[in-house]
Amino acid sequence: MSERRIRVLVAKPGLDGHDRGAKTVASVLRDHGMEVVYTGLHKTPAMIAEIALQEDVDVVGLSILSGAHMELFPRVRQELVERGLDHVLMVGGGIIPGDDMQVLEADGFAKLFGPGTNTDSIAEYIQTEISKRWAAEEAQA
Amino acid sequence: MISWAENGNARFPETLEAIWSQVGRARRMGITGPPGAGKSTLVNELARLIREEESTVGILAVDPSSPLSGGALLGDRIRMEDRTADSGVFIRSMASRGSHGGMARAAVDAMDVMDAFGMHDVLVETVGVGQAEYDVVAAADTVLVVLCPGAGDGVQAMKSGLLELADVIAINKCDLPGADRLTSDMQEAVHLRTAGRDRWASPVVQCSAGKREGVDDVLAAVKSHREHLSDTLPDHRRQKRIQQVRQVVGEGLDEALWKTGGYGEQVEAMLCSGITPYAAASKVTQNLLKSAEENQSNELQA
Repeated sequence: MSERRIRVLVAKPGLDGHDRGAKTVASVLRDHGMEVVYTGLHKTPAMIAEIALQEDVDVVGLSILSGAHMELFPRVRQELVERGLDHVLMVGGGIIPGDDMQVLEADGFAKLFGPGTNTDSIAEYIQTEISKRWAAEEAQA
Repeated sequence: MISWAENGNARFPETLEAIWSQVGRARRMGITGPPGAGKSTLVNELARLIREEESTVGILAVDPSSPLSGGALLGDRIRMEDRTADSGVFIRSMASRGSHGGMARAAVDAMDVMDAFGMHDVLVETVGVGQAEYDVVAAADTVLVVLCPGAGDGVQAMKSGLLELADVIAINKCDLPGADRLTSDMQEAVHLRTAGRDRWASPVVQCSAGKREGVDDVLAAVKSHREHLSDTLPDHRRQKRIQQVRQVVGEGLDEALWKTGGYGEQVEAMLCSGITPYAAASKVTQNLLKSAEENQSNELQA
């Protein structure tokens, strides 16, 4: 039987036209054996949550370079919760000041990665978190 | 549910039972062609036209998995973004996960699920390379092959075997030079296969999905193929289901014999005794068939 693979949605919310970082992260996650869906640019929080639902992803990763992170991250989270996707692990990256990072992480974001992060460490973080969740699911079932 | 099918979760077969009575209503279309021919863009446009007819659409986009890491980058949605905001469209990306046939099964399962949940049309899109991809589109009622000029001549297309599968051939990017040549090549190729025989002659249709031109002609051609099928459709689908059962039986047997049935050890012993692999295989097959026959006669007696 085929094994379960981690499915990740990499998304670019809002008005921000640069996706080199998002594509880099998407490729790295692919190279770590994950199935990565990339949305393309200019997605609304509702669209991102809808895609996450249809694709049944384990992780949603947002890339924001526009400075609108304090607005967009919570709205994506809210849209996810409205669709019953509370269990989805959220990660993010982009140009986000340290203070904002702390606020967002405290507000239910699993993890934010700023510029200069080693890309492999993002993949390792996701793998560790998701295997914990899957183990918990199995223990329940 | 689609994830269960993909992961080989044991809950899938039970759940399929519960929705099985709802399966079989959707019109199923398979779209394939070489990379970059414009499949996703065409699918996006076809979905738009179908939505204008008030039908709901399920789209399954299959992309290759990396043979090295097993991961996948699923990017077909980028060209389908107009459809994301539409609640009448459900798009699911699937990675091929190696060509072990499991993908083809999961794809058929996913189409069944979309069908059961009320999608009027189900479109499945794959890159036209490899047997597993063929199997996926072949499970559809109508197969649409998308080609474009500049990606090799007509002979290349004939060589790849795609044309044997095609019920409709779309020449996309028809504004590019070479489109007319490719179109007449394809018409000729279809003619060679069908002339003088009682067989569906696949229409060759020009379009430019990016410019929204000719896509209605493609859809019309698909519809006329559907009409052509209408009498034989139940039989057509039953044949495909037989293939599906055959595949699942094969996988089940494989698992039962080699993973749990101890056949690996038996064969190892046979090979150590110096016989050829073919002789060993023939012994195994005969033993299996014999015990199957004995079972049958026992059942008859009882």
